[in-house]
Amino acid sequence: MSVIRVPEADAQGWSCDACGEPLVPAPVDLEYLDSRFTVELPRCAKCGFVLIPEALAMGKMLEVEKLLEDK
Amino acid sequence: MEQADLRKLEAQCVQEEPPFCTAACPLHVDARAFCSLMGQGDWDKAWAVLARTLPLPGVLSRLCHGPCMEACVRSAKGGAINIPALERFCAEQGGRAARTIPMPAKGKRVCVLGGGLAGLSAAWDLVRKGIRVVLHSERPGLDLAREGASPLPAGVLDAELERMVRLGADFQAPVAMTAESLQALLEEFDAVIVDCAEQDIEGLGLGEPDTMTLGTNMPGVFVAGQCDEHVFQAASGRKAALSAERFMQGASMVAGREREDPYPSKLFTNVDDVAEVAPEPVPEQGYDAQQARAEGLRCIRCECLECVKHCEYLARFGSYPKVYARQIYNNQSIVMGTRQANTLINSCTMCGLCEELCPGDFSMEDLCLQARRELVEQGNMPPSAHEFALRDMHFANGPDCALARHAPGEKTSTHLFFPGCQLTASRPAAVRAAYDHLRAHIPAMGIMLRCCGAPAHWAGRTREYERSMDELRSQWESLGRPAIVCACPTCQGMLQNALPAAAVVDLWQVLQGAGVPESVKGADMELTVHDPCTTRYEPEIRQQARGLLQSVGVRVREADMSGNLTECCGFGGLLAEANPELGADVAKRRADSLPGELVTYCAMCRDMLAKGGARISHVLDILFPDPSAGDLAARPAPGYSRRRENRAHLREGLLTDLWREPGDPPKPYEELAVSFTEACLATMEQRRILESDVRKTLLRARETGRRLVYAQSGRYRAVFRPVAVTYWVEFEETGDGYLVHNAWCHRMRVAGGAA
Repeated sequence: MSVIRVPEADAQGWSCDACGEPLVPAPVDLEYLDSRFTVELPRCAKCGFVLIPEALAMGKMLEVEKLLEDK
Repeated sequence: MEQADLRKLEAQCVQEEPPFCTAACPLHVDARAFCSLMGQGDWDKAWAVLARTLPLPGVLSRLCHGPCMEACVRSAKGGAINIPALERFCAEQGGRAARTIPMPAKGKRVCVLGGGLAGLSAAWDLVRKGIRVVLHSERPGLDLAREGASPLPAGVLDAELERMVRLGADFQAPVAMTAESLQALLEEFDAVIVDCAEQDIEGLGLGEPDTMTLGTNMPGVFVAGQCDEHVFQAASGRKAALSAERFMQGASMVAGREREDPYPSKLFTNVDDVAEVAPEPVPEQGYDAQQARAEGLRCIRCECLECVKHCEYLARFGSYPKVYARQIYNNQSIVMGTRQANTLINSCTMCGLCEELCPGDFSMEDLCLQARRELVEQGNMPPSAHEFALRDMHFANGPDCALARHAPGEKTSTHLFFPGCQLTASRPAAVRAAYDHLRAHIPAMGIMLRCCGAPAHWAGRTREYERSMDELRSQWESLGRPAIVCACPTCQGMLQNALPAAAVVDLWQVLQGAGVPESVKGADMELTVHDPCTTRYEPEIRQQARGLLQSVGVRVREADMSGNLTECCGFGGLLAEANPELGADVAKRRADSLPGELVTYCAMCRDMLAKGGARISHVLDILFPDPSAGDLAARPAPGYSRRRENRAHLREGLLTDLWREPGDPPKPYEELAVSFTEACLATMEQRRILESDVRKTLLRARETGRRLVYAQSGRYRAVFRPVAVTYWVEFEETGDGYLVHNAWCHRMRVAGGAA
């Protein structure tokens, strides 16, 4: 499956507090209801902590959630 | 929903019924569209409307005597629209109908005997359908041209006859008509139409023509023109032509012809607010352009829309119930694809006003409730629609808020105070004051704090509703089945339905019996009453609430849309949950529509209309004011988190003060020192993020050490997904706790991850 890139996934300057690692873009599987997508999101390379930034959560992600709910 | 149910529902909505004029017109001209175009001065399009329906339009538009005028709704408001005068003016503008393209010949031939308007109209309809017509007449339309002061200018009739010839009509000399010659014609032609205005049919053995088909004793022979006025003659010619066509096709002669003659329309049009305007007088030479436009504009364009006019929800989706029924039916039938009517289904306030206003008793509430139940049953209900409200209901019924007890020191309960979870959330002090007051007069007054189950009912979650009601019932039974005293009309309705064995009364009646606090008598103010929509069919509750207000000196002002016509505050049916923007608009519209300062007797209505900008009190604010709480009518509606805290604190306060029981120890997340920026609180309210969810997220981060950090600002981000929603919190650490700057949430989750 192709990886979706979203401009909202910006995490410049954020790092994982426990690991001390900066967040770097990585393919992450997102799921809702019966659908699954692979999206490039900022992630801690060591422990895998994924950040969903506010602009993504309240923007495109919310739109997709609503679309899937009506499917 | 089955298709038959859909048909039944569609038939209840009369919006698509033809206007009264069209129904009364023997030829069913769309006079409403015609008037509208005349009002705009668009003579060509107006003419096209006439030419689409009228046979020989140049002739008939000038001869029509306007039988529609007797049915015109405008008659009651100045006088019927003068359609004949408008038709004449339109015809004089030289409007041309679209070019008639001859249909491919069908290989059928019809003989028409007689060239009056009936015969000509029959021939007109038949040749346009590709059926050859031979019309025998001394001179077609001679009578029309001969009439004294004929309104037909020279050449008009001839032009129409020429068009018919071009389409295949063959005008021939008259033939003598006998039973034998008719029989001979039937052998030569596929059908015969006799225009009896020009032919005597006595003694031919045809008998009396059938009223629906104009058929006679001789199969294939139809008799038209047994009437006086021109439009009726034309209509009878059209009817004979249709019968001849069906006869030739071997089709049913009667199916679907119920509305061929003039009929009463089922449309309803309310003219209460229509201003009287007298008809435009017709000068001898007929209307000029300005007069024709003015007369066209007098048409009120009859339609119903009674429900849509009074419902922001129905108006917002751009149509009317008949269309919505179809959309909802389609929505429920989808197997694969997008269910486009989910928002429509989940936005109805279920307030019942449409049914009350509808001449056909159409109920969007019934339709939407059934649709919601089906969506739940099929597993297709969007989770985000009602989940928050259902969580709130569970919280109200959970250990932090729920309570069911005899009064302190009592072993039985004759009565049970049921304030409802929204009043306890909105103003717990009023619940406490009312309960203390009630016990002073009725000592065995127990109390039950919980939700009545309305959210589950509205959400279409039947099983959840029943579970909640079973629990409520068993608590009520364990308290000895006392009479239930409700402070919320929604609760009252739900309990009356679910506990038919219980005596359920409204608090207002009980307070009137018990007596109101002396200190609040002589209130001396005038307030407009907003009736909650759940009292639409409860005149006694409405009356009790008014009586109580009057007993303390409130002068009650009545609004136009009140009582059984009251409008919803925007919370009903969980609208404010499923479609918050529309919920806010409904609240604002209702708040704006009511004059002066308001009062109501439903806590949710109070808070919704306060959000809508109204200055509004709850009845209990007036009966049990609290000087320390400031101006209660101006207080803002508490937010979601505060509503929960209010319920929990009320329960705790009652336990501590009345039963001398220690409260529950605080939960670990409650012990964190957390503060919020103002902007963050507003964002959380809008996103329906509770303070408790933020606290749980912070606690989780503290316990696991998992959080993100932004080195330059020293801010952190933490994440937690308690059940179905993932919460993100952006915060900074203060000396002894946290200052929260932002919070957001999503339902999608990282596969296998924390978020």
